[in-house]
Amino acid sequence: MRPFTYVRAHEVGTALAEAEADSRADFLAGGTTQLDLMKDGVLRPDRLIDITRLPLHGIEERQGALIVGALVTMEELAADPVAGRRLPLVREALLRSASVQLRNMATIGGNLLQRTRCRYFRDPTVAACNKRDRGSGCAAVHGSHRTHAVLGTSEHCIATHASDVAVTLVALDAVVHISGAAGDRKVPLTGFYRTPGDTPDVENDLRPGELIAAVEIPLLPEGARSDYLKVRDRSSYEFALASAAVAVGLGADRRIEWARVGLGGVATVPWRAVEAEAVLTGSPADGEVFASAAAAAVAGAEPRPQNAFKVDLAQRTLVRTLQTVTGAGS
Amino acid sequence: MTLQAKPHAEESLPQTEFTLRVNGRDHPLRTDARLTLLDALHDRLGLTGTKKGCDQGTCGACTVHVDGRRVLSCLTLAAQCDEREIATVEGLGTEDELHPVQRAFLEHDAFQCGYCTPGQIMSALGLMAEGRAGSPDEIREYMSGNICRCGAYQNIVAAIRDVAGTEDGGRADDVPQAEGGRP
Repeated sequence: MRPFTYVRAHEVGTALAEAEADSRADFLAGGTTQLDLMKDGVLRPDRLIDITRLPLHGIEERQGALIVGALVTMEELAADPVAGRRLPLVREALLRSASVQLRNMATIGGNLLQRTRCRYFRDPTVAACNKRDRGSGCAAVHGSHRTHAVLGTSEHCIATHASDVAVTLVALDAVVHISGAAGDRKVPLTGFYRTPGDTPDVENDLRPGELIAAVEIPLLPEGARSDYLKVRDRSSYEFALASAAVAVGLGADRRIEWARVGLGGVATVPWRAVEAEAVLTGSPADGEVFASAAAAAVAGAEPRPQNAFKVDLAQRTLVRTLQTVTGAGS
Repeated sequence: MTLQAKPHAEESLPQTEFTLRVNGRDHPLRTDARLTLLDALHDRLGLTGTKKGCDQGTCGACTVHVDGRRVLSCLTLAAQCDEREIATVEGLGTEDELHPVQRAFLEHDAFQCGYCTPGQIMSALGLMAEGRAGSPDEIREYMSGNICRCGAYQNIVAAIRDVAGTEDGGRADDVPQAEGGRP
């Protein structure tokens, strides 16, 4: 790890001023990605601004939404009674992530900003990584890419976004509250992430020196059915090969009145499957509709030799989740 | 022209000052800002019970409690723990009177080489405080962040079940707490 200066901020304004004064400074919250990548030499900040003591630890229910402070830990949000009752898929996604120790450290703001697990990105001895060094190439495209993405990829980067909870949050139309020296703003999470294109190093809408202050999660309506299903190589403490976040409203005639679908483990960003939602909305909850929705979700997939199985796996994961939430078509 | 002694290499690096409160005792430190909580405990304070396995947040051997929550000390900066309550395996039992979880690990042969054991024990204490030791499946799920290369998992689960019991869902109200913080 390269030497750095450590400073601790107690107010948001102080943290933003520290960041504005030094373009080579990074914020430090839970540290589970930041310190790991600093040890590996991938991140090399001159200065770490410890934000863990900022007053961004609260969870508040306001006007049909849960406002979650950026420094709320994954375990804290999973234990929140309102989240458990009204956002059960969020709770499920959190509890299927990482380990308890990591969830006690990792914050919600940090989770949204976590970096990919692509082994080439995390290994600076590999020269070709457009995410680390724009224009250097992508070692994964012709290398080991079994765990890499099939949706939202480009020839420049196929790294998977690893977050579970962000998949549920894009499905739920969560909004990111951002603070910056130039002012505060709100961005829908679906518009927050950037697919790699020819600039894989640009991962989201955050500008230099800006800080996520909170995440606003609209609560599901009473009676909504939802679930998060994660499929992986082992049953615990592992990243998703494919995952599905589903919430639907089911009418008395068993027609799907509305649907929200997110996919994880298969895309370069937490993936909102609007094509699947269009198929589901207004359709009967049955196996044929589920299969059509799943096919629509992966219609744009660009599989490669080692990850082609994810196209099938993502569809099966989505169909299974739809069966579970509707109790139909199994 | 006078020659001045060059500052010691260590001293020329960015330093930071803080106090680590470990098992109820204060330790003022002035260190290179890069020092992790794990290295501070192990190398600076001589508390060698906490182990360095992977040093990248994967294995759980470095598990300690900060403000009553189990965390990985290898991915925690020591400076971040200023004024926090840290509990390590040294704060549990004594050689003459082991903590019930330590005793259960011995009685159930819940280790072979023993390297992961301090982390397993600190994690097990957290598990019980969280009320997650109600069944073998629940124990396996919520202990999954602690890897045992010797594969003593069966006996680790048995040791935890022995201490937690099953009738109360594994609530740890009657389990003696680690010194210097809620485990």
